[in-house]
Order: sequence, then structure tokens, then C-alpha cells
Amino acid sequence: MTLGAQVNLDEYRAQARRWLEENAPDEVIGVEEAKAFMARLHDAGYSGIGWPGQWGGQGLTQAEERAFAEVARDFRLPTAYFSIGLGMCGPAILDRGTDEQRRRWIRPLLRGEEIWCQLFSEPGAGSDVAAVQTRAVRDGDGWVVGGQKVWTTNAQYATWGLLLARTDVEVPKHKGLTMFAVDMRHPGVTVRPLRDMTGRAHFNEIFFDDVPIPDSDRIGGVNDGWSVAVTTLLHERLSISAGVGMSGQSENPASFEALRKAVDTADPLVRDQLVELYIRSQALHLFNQRLAQETKAGIFPGARGSAAKLLLAELTLFQADLATSLVGPEAVTGDHPLGFALSFAPGMALGGGTNEIMRGIVGDRVLGLPPEPRVDKTVPFKDLKVGTQA
Amino acid sequence: MNLLLSQEQRDLRAAVRSFLDGNSRPREGYDPAVYRRLGGELGLSGLIVPEEYGGAGAGYAELAVVLEETGAALLPGPFLATVFATIALTRVPDKELLTAIAEGRLVATVAQPPRDEDVRLEGDRIAGTLGRVLGGMEADVLVVPAASGDEIVMAAVELDDPGVSRTELATLDITRGQAGVRLDGARARVLGPRPREGILDRMCVALAAEQLGVMRAALEAIVAYAKVRAAFGRLIGSYQGVKFKLADMHCQVEQAESIVRYAAWAADESPGELPKAAALAQAYVGRACFEVARDHLLLHGGIGFTWEHDAHLYYKRAKADEVMLGPPRVHRTRLADLLEL
Repeated sequence: MTLGAQVNLDEYRAQARRWLEENAPDEVIGVEEAKAFMARLHDAGYSGIGWPGQWGGQGLTQAEERAFAEVARDFRLPTAYFSIGLGMCGPAILDRGTDEQRRRWIRPLLRGEEIWCQLFSEPGAGSDVAAVQTRAVRDGDGWVVGGQKVWTTNAQYATWGLLLARTDVEVPKHKGLTMFAVDMRHPGVTVRPLRDMTGRAHFNEIFFDDVPIPDSDRIGGVNDGWSVAVTTLLHERLSISAGVGMSGQSENPASFEALRKAVDTADPLVRDQLVELYIRSQALHLFNQRLAQETKAGIFPGARGSAAKLLLAELTLFQADLATSLVGPEAVTGDHPLGFALSFAPGMALGGGTNEIMRGIVGDRVLGLPPEPRVDKTVPFKDLKVGTQA
Repeated sequence: MNLLLSQEQRDLRAAVRSFLDGNSRPREGYDPAVYRRLGGELGLSGLIVPEEYGGAGAGYAELAVVLEETGAALLPGPFLATVFATIALTRVPDKELLTAIAEGRLVATVAQPPRDEDVRLEGDRIAGTLGRVLGGMEADVLVVPAASGDEIVMAAVELDDPGVSRTELATLDITRGQAGVRLDGARARVLGPRPREGILDRMCVALAAEQLGVMRAALEAIVAYAKVRAAFGRLIGSYQGVKFKLADMHCQVEQAESIVRYAAWAADESPGELPKAAALAQAYVGRACFEVARDHLLLHGGIGFTWEHDAHLYYKRAKADEVMLGPPRVHRTRLADLLEL
């Protein structure tokens, strides 16, 4: 980067900060207000910063995109409603959609007019997402979909869903999948909130009952859906590392800083356990810093990001467990925030790839270890033991 | 904060790594000829010696790169001891000895007596007993704090002085010797008052860099083995029981490297952060190094328990390093104090 570019980037940051100071909401806002905010964000040039201008993006670079994300961390932006579209569906459409699809979907996505959700996981296809059983069957010029999806964030607000469906059961499982955009407001789509172990409904489960999809809403080739899914998941990882939709991190009651105020540090055992928490937190913090510096220097961390995700899950479980134990009986009564932290913690170790999946990725792709022998790569899908299929 | 290596630092790493490959023979002990080349050709003994004393005037970031490699190669002999002595000598008023260290002519070490009054200086004569001196048999000079009247000074003692007697100790880590040293009226040179702080922190950082190298090399060794060793018709690295453990070990190495880069950066650029960073480095890296070395030995199976295999050398080095600057709890206690817990 030249000195001139650096100066321009500093100026860009300063402008972004001024705009956010005037326009960012002060509190958590509802979906309709959030949509209006996204339209203003887009008008101001801060939605789709690195996305191509011809489809509604701002046509700038990753440098501006990152600069804005850094500034935005200091504000409470309502980007969560749009995070799936911005982080995964939109980039997948840009990569693999037709020009007609880009023209129809990208601008409304960036302006918050249409919210997207992602429909990959199923009750029988979690870690093994290529085992999805939701079927899309040819029907004249189009398709008809039947089946069930789960762990769907933002489905209750969504206009569109990016749907991974099975279109051929006679071929091995990765080779019989196709990606579609499905109209979430069709009467054959049922969205039910899924109450998770925290007692809240962060996700949904979705039922498809003969939902038609025109062939023009197919993204990528017939039976080429797995490669589109891989592209999408790659963008998910990229968007997490770039911090899209990661504004407004709330205070964690199980963090070292919170906990040191809540417990008696004169007790040497407590002191040592807090030191352990500090050590682990700092170790991960510094690892994340190093990955961020590498990314900034143009070195993409790739599968090493899975090590960071695994460590974050382990730390989240450890600190919620430790904090609850240190605080004692009051932590598990009266809606104590640590009760929620303890309930929430397993989610970190399950969502976005379980710890076991992460260890497999680190072992295979970072350390280059030999793969596990597999029985599911050559057998036709219909002959596999998978999901609810006997 | 900078946690990445520059191109120059990567070049340095490559040069040191290539030299040590073949020149570091852990089982054969200290080889003065190798050390002469390390000091001369590679200029490593003078790396952090200021230029006015003939050194390279480099920082702890560079030192960490070098120590990571000497650790990975289990370089036998008094390299770390001389680094420790160099750290002490850069922080006292009389720095003359640094010139000979930079030229690779002088092997030095440093020791801390159990209590300050255990080593006493009267005039230019020093007396006291030091139970365990790192590299004590190989070193030419010992740097040691000594009670002189009411104050504590740093003193240098030539170890071939007739007033010095040395006893070689049996060490768990056969790659690195220690000696019992008795000072009985040996001639000592006063280097100045003992600095109030800074020496031990920098030793913690240096040691952590070596530990990072030890754990990295241990992980690389077992990963390589898991790719060629077969059992029950499969390479053992394909079993989740092995693979997952290796993945966890990789996570430890990643975090250890991040902490070492941070601590070295703090030593160079942000001394205010150094005490906490140094205590963190020993508290995390010391433990992680031992755990990785232990698991790398275990995953080798029976061969790892044999004398002829190198796995036990890493395992023992890791434990010797973990307790080198005191029992691990001292670093945790220091961290707790610095965090005002």
C-alpha cells in the first residue's frame, strides 16, 4: 500500500466515523427500522462497500470494507438481520449466480429491502451437511420442494432462502445436490421458532410442503449444488474474519474482567483460577490478533481459522463453567446472567462446526494428516445410511 | 503491537535452521567448534549485544527467532546460559564482557543464589555456594548478584579462578548441563548495582522462545510419524483418537507463538507491558511446551519410551525448561500480583 492510499484510507475511516456518529441507532431496533437504516447506509455508500458497482455495490476494495468494519465495531449497528445475506448468500450469488439473478437480488439485499436466510442444515444432516434429504423434484419447467431444514437464523424475517436440496438420489451424495433461491413467503413454507437450551428462540425450523421454485431461481448447475455450498461456507468464514455484522459485542459476565469484580480474590484458589482464565483468554486473544495481522498483510489464514474457532468454543465453555462455580449457588438462581452464559456456551461448540469437525479440519488441512477412510463418497445416496434413511 | 515476522527475520530463521540441521547433535553434548561458528559465521552470540560492543544490536524479536530454532534443534550446551548472561550484562553499568561474548570468545552464564546474602563480596573477593548453575561446567564467566555491605551488586567471576570449584551435576535433560559452583574467595569484578527489574522478565521471554521451538519440533516430529506409521491397516494419523490430539497440540503451538511474538515485541517496544507479558509467556508457554512434548512422546507408542528415540529428549528438555526459572506457580503468582488480583 502506498502512503497516498494510506492517507485516503484514514480519511475514509474518519468520514465513516462521522456518518455513523450521526446515523447509527443508540439502541436495539426492530426489523422495520433496521431495514430503513440499511437503505440509508446504502445511500451513504457503506453497504456492499467491496461489492461490484454494476449490481448495486459501492465498487471499492477489501481495504475500505475492513476499514469500515473496524470503525463500525464502536457502534451498535442493526446488521444482524442482514448478516446471512451480506455474509453468505449475496457473495454466493455474486460468485455463482447469473447476471439476471445478480440484477434481481443484490441491490435489494444491500438496501435491506429483502432479508435472506440460509437453508443447509437438517435434523439428519448437521456436521454432514452433504447428507441433506430435502428433495427438489422436476415439475414441468420448474421444481417442487419437500422436506425440513433447521438452525435457520433470521428465517422469520426472510424474503428469500438459499436452499440446498437433493435432486438426484442415484448418484453419490455430493453429486446429487442443487442450490436454489426459495420464496420464503410461499404458503407451503412454514417457519417455526426453535427454542434452544437457553429458553430463547435464536433459530427456526422450516418445513417445505410442495413449494414450487422456477428453474430461473436455480443458482449454479443442476447437481452442482455442493460446490455452490462450499463457496457459500467459504464466504461465511471470510465474513467472520472481516467482522461483517459483528458490531456491538455485549459484555460477557463470565469474562475475566467481569468475574474479578464478582468474586473474592483474596482466596488463593480463586486467584489461581482467575489467573488460569486470564492466561487462556490472553492466549486466544493474541492468536486472533496474529491472524488478523496476517490477514491484513495478505496472508489468508485458511483452515487455521478453524483452530481459532475451536479455541473460542473451548474458552467459552471453560469460562462459563468456571464463572458459575466461582460465583456459586446464586449463579444458578433468579435469572442470573451466568445462568444464561452457561446455557449459551454449548452453542459456541456446536454452531458453525462442532469441536470434532474443527479438529478434523485442523488435522486434515493444517497438519496434512491422512483422511479418515470413508464409505459415503462412492455409494449412491439412496443406498447410504443417512439421516432418517434406513 | 506486531506479531508477525519481517522478511529479514524469516531470513534469519532460515539461516539458523539450515546451520543447526546437522550441526546440532543433542546427544553428543557441547561442541565448542559449533559454538565458534554460531558466534562467528552467524553472529548469534552478539545478536542482542549493542553495536558499540561489537554486537548486532538486534532486539528480542530477533533473539526469539533464533532461540526458537536452537530449541527446536535441542542445541546442546550453554547457548541459553550465554543469552541469559548477555541479558544481565546489557542491563548493568559495566558492559565490557559483552565484547568478548559478541566475538564468540566467551561463554557466560548467570545464577541467582537462593537468598541474596548467600553470595558475599568483600573487596574483590567473592564467596558463596550456588547449587545449580546452568552451563556451569562450560562457562568461562559467571554473572551473579552478591551482597556487598548493605547493597546488592552484580559481579562477574572467571570460573577457572583457583577460588572456584565446580561439580558437574547429573541432569534429567542430558542435552544441557548444570554444575554446582562453590566460590571461595575467588576474584570478582563488580559490574554495578543490581538492576531493580528487567533481567528476569527478559529471561522469561527468551526461555519461552526456546520452549516454542521445542514444542513446535515435537509436534512436527509426531505429525510426520503419524503420516507413515500404520496400525490396523491404516496410517495412525487417520484415526480421530490421534488426529484430534494433534489438532489440539497445533492449537497450543499457535497460541504459544502468538504469546512469544507479543512478549518479544513488548521487550523491544513496550517495556511497560513486559512484566505481565513475560509472566504470561512462562505461565502459558512453559506448560504448553511440556504438554505437547509429553503427548508427542505418548503418541509415538512404545518406540517413544526407548532411549534411542529422541522423544524423551524433548520431553525432558520441556520439563527442565518449565521449572528453570522457578516452579511454574511463581509465574502464575507473579501474574496474579501484576493483575492486582
